[in-house]
Amino acid sequence: MNALRRHRALSRIWASEPGFRGWFSTVNHTDLGRMFLVTAFFFFVVSGLLAMLIRAQLATPHSAFAGPEIYNQIFTMHGTIMMFLFAIPTFEGLAVYLLPKMLGTRDLAFPRLTAYGYWCYAFGGTMLLVSMLLGIAPDSGWFMYPPLSGAIHSPGINTDFWLIGITFVEISAIAAAVEITVSILKFRAPGMSLDRMPIFAWYALVTALMILTGFPPLILGSVLLEVERAFGLPFFQAELGGDSLLWQHLFWLFGHPEVYIIFLPAAGVISTVLPVMCRTALLGYGWIVAAAVALAFLSFGLWVHHMFTTGIPHMGLAFFSAASTLVAVPTSVQIFAWIGTMWRGRPELHMPMLHIIGFFVTFVIGGLTGVMVAMVPFDWQVHDTAFVTAHLHYVLFGGFVFPVLAGIYYWLPHVTGRKRFFRLGEFAFVLVFTGFHVTFLAMHWVGLLGQRRRIPTYAPEDGWTAINLVSSVGSFVLAIGLAMVLLDIILNSVTAVRGRRDPWKAGTLEWAMMVPPPPYNFASLPQVTDREPLARDPDLALRLARGEGYLDSPRQGCRETLTVDVASGRPDFHVTYPSNTRLPIVMSAVTGLFFLSLLLKLYWLTPLALAGVAALACRWVWALGRRDDLPAQDVGHGLELPPAAATDRGPGWWGSVFLLTANATFFGSLLFGFAFLWTVAPGWPPPAWFTPSGLEVGIGLAGAATGPLAMRVAIRAVRRDANVLAALGLSFAAACAIGIACAAMMLRAPDPDGHAYGATLTVLGAYGLVHAVLAALMIAVLTAKVRGGLTSARRRADFPVAGLWIDYLAATATLILLAAHLPGFLP
Amino acid sequence: MGTTTLVTLAGCEGALSVVDPAGPAAREIATLWWVLLAGATLIFALVMVLTALPFLRRDGPGSERHGIRTWVIGLGLAFPMAVLAALLAYGLVIGERLLPRAGDEVVEVAATGSRDGWLFTYPDAADRTTSAVLHIPAGRPVDVVITTGDVIHAFWVPRLAGKLDAIPGHVNILRIEADAPGTYRGLSAEFSGAGYGDLTFTVTAHDAAGWTAFLAGEPE
Repeated sequence: MNALRRHRALSRIWASEPGFRGWFSTVNHTDLGRMFLVTAFFFFVVSGLLAMLIRAQLATPHSAFAGPEIYNQIFTMHGTIMMFLFAIPTFEGLAVYLLPKMLGTRDLAFPRLTAYGYWCYAFGGTMLLVSMLLGIAPDSGWFMYPPLSGAIHSPGINTDFWLIGITFVEISAIAAAVEITVSILKFRAPGMSLDRMPIFAWYALVTALMILTGFPPLILGSVLLEVERAFGLPFFQAELGGDSLLWQHLFWLFGHPEVYIIFLPAAGVISTVLPVMCRTALLGYGWIVAAAVALAFLSFGLWVHHMFTTGIPHMGLAFFSAASTLVAVPTSVQIFAWIGTMWRGRPELHMPMLHIIGFFVTFVIGGLTGVMVAMVPFDWQVHDTAFVTAHLHYVLFGGFVFPVLAGIYYWLPHVTGRKRFFRLGEFAFVLVFTGFHVTFLAMHWVGLLGQRRRIPTYAPEDGWTAINLVSSVGSFVLAIGLAMVLLDIILNSVTAVRGRRDPWKAGTLEWAMMVPPPPYNFASLPQVTDREPLARDPDLALRLARGEGYLDSPRQGCRETLTVDVASGRPDFHVTYPSNTRLPIVMSAVTGLFFLSLLLKLYWLTPLALAGVAALACRWVWALGRRDDLPAQDVGHGLELPPAAATDRGPGWWGSVFLLTANATFFGSLLFGFAFLWTVAPGWPPPAWFTPSGLEVGIGLAGAATGPLAMRVAIRAVRRDANVLAALGLSFAAACAIGIACAAMMLRAPDPDGHAYGATLTVLGAYGLVHAVLAALMIAVLTAKVRGGLTSARRRADFPVAGLWIDYLAATATLILLAAHLPGFLP
Repeated sequence: MGTTTLVTLAGCEGALSVVDPAGPAAREIATLWWVLLAGATLIFALVMVLTALPFLRRDGPGSERHGIRTWVIGLGLAFPMAVLAALLAYGLVIGERLLPRAGDEVVEVAATGSRDGWLFTYPDAADRTTSAVLHIPAGRPVDVVITTGDVIHAFWVPRLAGKLDAIPGHVNILRIEADAPGTYRGLSAEFSGAGYGDLTFTVTAHDAAGWTAFLAGEPE
């Protein structure tokens, strides 16, 4: 088979449906990455326009441009959209588009999940846009502090749009994070050991793990606040045993890691692009990986620096102040490693390099003001002033927007296959750079002169008029610059000047393919021997196209790739991907119906939507089943690999491990909340304690002991092709027993809408119940698969997946039941 | 009066200016700010020079090991650790000094935030309540006991001290002090919904005689 015929055969197998219909059924990572990025930039424009309205309002004193009600919506939506609908999805889009190409494989681990995540993002974002168009957008500031955001002080639907819409969007962040983690660990080219991974993949891995552990506290907070608003269970009301500080802890436990979740992928772009612009290799690869990991750990230990003015004892603040300054160390390791890289090479001033310089100047200032606000006494003065607003824009614009623009100019030839023809970019950069610094340098100063953030207007005698006008003029220069960047990108995407393959002479694998990329990425998969395969072998792309790598012969019309051992990169299993399907968009639409029913309080619709999601999920797992055993597959170079279904550790198992990691963080945050309210909140002890019941605990713990055991018996039996139905039946009964114990506890919780104690017990019980139902459902589907002949010793990968969920259920239910009943048994 | 001139020249003056302090706490923090600004400017200049030089020089690359020793370990690790340790110690010492500690001179007042405005009461004059104006003696440390009647607010008089939140169900105590008699503007500094922009108050600092007269119930 020659290269052209191989290209045609693979394109037939991997192509999306033609035209716009393809958008709705595609599961291809290149398509979805582009869709993520275009949507994210649409939201960037929307939110940028909101920023312009803010600056127009503040340009002059006593401005009557927008009244406070509208102005509060504008700044709340500006922050919310930038954080949740621009920054995170941009990372997702970059990672989804780039990772399989950089890692030398054909798609991400779970193609349908990528599509599901995208549609949850698109629908959730649309919900928030609609609220804005109707003038009922969230208006309590992007961090939504109760009691202001509670039912008493914000009775309208505005806050519900935020809590429900953002939670819907977060599904896409969690989905993408699971996807990215498993893809990086398992879906790489043969021979790509962890230390040969492109540096961007390391950053993406760290970021994805941070999303899995950083977002659940926010999701928990949103759930609790929405439950309080909708059903009156008090978690944040001080007079009913709640505490508004709990929200601040949960929010910033998410909110600070979030800053690094935004910065790390951008740093990954710098670490990838900068060495290419300097014609050298990155200085200190290992040190940079270590710095990124250190940043991730440290970033979870400094959320309290957003709460320096809440009255926490000074010694407590000292600890978080130290952690906040310490985080500057791994950051500076990266900065100086990059500067050292520039010293080792010969930097050339191409477009990406201009934006990298913009990054250096801006981000270093942002980092230095960050150290300033980490000083507790200084923060007491500038907290909640324009100084902090200026600082965070230096960090986020410098640490995210400039690197992303560098990345766009760097990878644009890859996406479009074209060469830059119009030269607007250089001029646009000057406007963006100048406009940004004029706007936000001024804002530091006016903050020191006492201007609070979020005020709708001010008086001439405050003495801020001239500075604000300068700042507003700067912001319009910035906006014109960004509009020109957009124009530059669009013009250069549509002008037909074909570009070369690998125009930058880069060494990473994403350039070892034709541009724009074919839907299958690589006609055959490379054997990787070092970090920059293309630098060692400039003809690699041609050799792969000629079929000199793995999986060179397309067969059976199926989308194939292989997985590797996590550490060594040795190939271990053969994987067949699902093809184009509308299942993801339908499922996310039904998921949206669930959220909509909560938003509009159409509670009769909620169970119907949930049943719909469950039915579609069953179809989802059913669709990949086979009725016959696949033999080991010849992948070329004399290597035969068993199918991934014939293992206990398939992609589904890995995905569940990381999804459960996020879930465990959610549960851990819930337990933290319980302990926090118990020990810190005013209004404790509660008027009535929970009455413990030996019977309920007995039933629950018996289920928790039996379920995992029965599942282990089933996993062993299926390996021998023995009968598994009895063991599955027993574990189903165990899940039901746990469900009954949790439901009883939930129903007997004392006075759930009268005190936070009963409210928290209700939520804990509901958590156990939901997981029991989920586990029972999984076992039921597994049983149906067994009866339908879809399982065997060589098609057994679903068993360990269900086993994980049962283990998780048993562990959490034990903790829940003990937390509720044990205090009552103690003297 | 050299400082005053400098402050005027730099445009620091203002009724709400953090860098135009009128009390010991605000002065300590203003000094901290100038130290931080000077240090940050030096470090920024250093990094910018290091970033610019590679565009000008044209000698060959050094070894990887040498590069890591200089850039990663020297400038990346050791340099920030030394600077940050010193800063942290300085910040903590100032923070400790600003805490409310018991003393004979200390006066206590109470501030209650609400979306309708601030209310102030005085344990030393049980029947006095003032709204939107807080009375304190000048030249004596004052502990403000901060609570709220509805949502979260923050009590902030920029020229006297930093801010502290008023949180439902919690009581926070902020130490402020004015050097001299006069009026100082104060702000509610945590977003509290519509009307937030207008949530302001003033602090009137009396001389000793004026304070005695205020406590005795003379009209303001």
